[in-house]
Amino acid sequence: MTAPAVELIDVHKNFGATPIIRGVSLAVPPGERHAIIGPNGAGKSTLFNLVSGRLTPSAGTVQLNGEDVTGLPPHLINRRGLSRSFQVTNIFPRLSVWENIRCAVLWSLGHKYAFWRGIEGLPDVRARTEAILEAIDLIDRRRVQAGVLAYAEQRALEIGITIAGGAGIILLDEPSAGMSVAEAARAVALIRKVSEGRTLIMIEHDMGVVFDLADRISVLVYGQIIASDVPARIKQDSAVQTAYLGTAA
Amino acid sequence: MSDVVSGVANVPARRALSQPGAAAVARLTGPWLALAVAFAILPAIVTSGSALTMLSLMGIMIVFALSYNMLLGETGLLSFGHAVYYGLGGFLAVHAMNTIIHDALPVPLPMIPLVGGFSGLLFGIIFGSVSTRRAGTAFAMISLGLGELVASSSLILRGFFGGEEGVSTNRTKLLHVFGLNFGPQIQVYYLIAGWCLLSMVAMYALRRTPFGRMCNAVRENAERAQFVGYNPRTLRFIAFSIAGLFAGIAGGLAAINFELVNASEVGAGQSGLVLLAAYIGGIGSFIGPVIGAILVTWLEVMLSDVTDVWQLYFGLLFIGMVMFAPNGIAGLLIMHAPLWQARAYRSMLRLALAYLVALGPALVLLAGLILLIEMTYHLSVKATEGTTISVFHVALDAASAKPWAVAAVLIAGGFWLFRMTWPVVGAAWHDAFAQAHGAGRAK
Repeated sequence: MTAPAVELIDVHKNFGATPIIRGVSLAVPPGERHAIIGPNGAGKSTLFNLVSGRLTPSAGTVQLNGEDVTGLPPHLINRRGLSRSFQVTNIFPRLSVWENIRCAVLWSLGHKYAFWRGIEGLPDVRARTEAILEAIDLIDRRRVQAGVLAYAEQRALEIGITIAGGAGIILLDEPSAGMSVAEAARAVALIRKVSEGRTLIMIEHDMGVVFDLADRISVLVYGQIIASDVPARIKQDSAVQTAYLGTAA
Repeated sequence: MSDVVSGVANVPARRALSQPGAAAVARLTGPWLALAVAFAILPAIVTSGSALTMLSLMGIMIVFALSYNMLLGETGLLSFGHAVYYGLGGFLAVHAMNTIIHDALPVPLPMIPLVGGFSGLLFGIIFGSVSTRRAGTAFAMISLGLGELVASSSLILRGFFGGEEGVSTNRTKLLHVFGLNFGPQIQVYYLIAGWCLLSMVAMYALRRTPFGRMCNAVRENAERAQFVGYNPRTLRFIAFSIAGLFAGIAGGLAAINFELVNASEVGAGQSGLVLLAAYIGGIGSFIGPVIGAILVTWLEVMLSDVTDVWQLYFGLLFIGMVMFAPNGIAGLLIMHAPLWQARAYRSMLRLALAYLVALGPALVLLAGLILLIEMTYHLSVKATEGTTISVFHVALDAASAKPWAVAAVLIAGGFWLFRMTWPVVGAAWHDAFAQAHGAGRAK
């Protein structure tokens, strides 16, 4: 059996004396679309920060494809094939849409810190940038400054930056938050398309989106996973209903 | 991993998105050829006595200001100590020249800026490895501290820095090639112009590399850059080192031009000057620091001839730019680009007239301010020389009430008229852009 794409082993995180993540263990096999749900303040975003290297766990281990990455900085974790989006849009606001995506493809195509080579003469970079912009449907907006895009467009760009490097593991933090119903539907279609053949972990509040996309769902309540199962059984889980779904519905 | 995205990437580009062709090559090299020609014929056009000296100073300052902008404009690093690399480049260049002269080594003068450049690069690497670990305020403070460290060590290491009088050399005593001895200023001008052009091309090209673009990304959002695989520290460190290289080249050119380097070249004054030049010109574009370097050099030379308090005017200009035109002179020019692109020449003419209308009161206000500043300065600092001063070639008695009243009237009247005429500019601006926008849609 191959190693899980992402595996957390008894991960803890305290902010000062306050425990936020209290012993989370979770294994996401390669190719799975996994959703993490839970009430506000449960620690979902903190969990993402621990996996992506934005924060270092107080205890426990984070593994990617069987390799220990606990405590590595974000750029090293990214180079091992994990890419993430952010709940609050996190783009390069004063660069053009084109530049935003191009910056995100450079490392994975091996151009690294090259200061001896013109960027315009790199056909692989242009082709990949164009393909990503086609995929997120922003190709006609490529010359626009990213900061002036409409909100839903910025969210699409955020996803574009996240997938541009071709990472095998994608973490999306509330990709449909703040969107209208129509925009959210488009976002779901986009996520479904771009996550094909990859491992996807997403935090999402919209239960329609979650049950639509996820192969498996984990419920995080007060820093602990109280259930982790296929959507049909999560719906029926009594502990989940009392802790979360019941109050939400 | 055959996913949607890489599948699409294998399809040849359906649309040509900025595909480089012959036209693009011409567009890239054309301006540089024009600039080379301009550099070549400038001494024939501007023939006044001090023109060559001024042009040489401008060339040096252009390289220095562009190197500074690699930090501030491109990477978002506010340095208060960039003169360290300029000055140390200058000192090592001057020592190298003296060693070459002493040992009669076969090195011609045009190679000397390389010594400056490598010195700047070396110290950039050394100091950069410490200071670029942080960005923002921490970086600015460390750069200030390093600047003070080097400036104060110039008082201790007198052998290297030459104490009060500095280290002098003789540029004509190096190996002569092609019969050039670099005695006349015209030969030095062409040496500086050549290195300036080379440095400009190199720094422009650097912006258009994967490294250069990621510097912009780090400036915009260092955290996001980290989540696409880049270490912001490494990017800042490389940018800092290369900025040191070009600052060192500028310092080497200065050493050749003055045949003298003293401790003030590494000091806070010089660091402040380059910040001013880059900022006044505009840090958001490549041309900005070039404009700033030319203007600041010109002002430094011209104003210091006319008034003792030229630095005060300098400071006021800087404050004015920060408050009213934070994108610098280049930013002001770029604001008008849409009009030019829409070929809205009539609107541009109307806008130009509106500017002229507002310029009159602005000049009146400025004249009043100058009068006030000069009289205040004279009475407070040079009172022993009598109270008669000459402002705009008019002799005035600063002790009498009349010139003060004139100054007050000029300031108040100028300000009032400016406030009255400014809406004319606003209206012209508004109309011009409405028309340019309409023309753009009609096409």
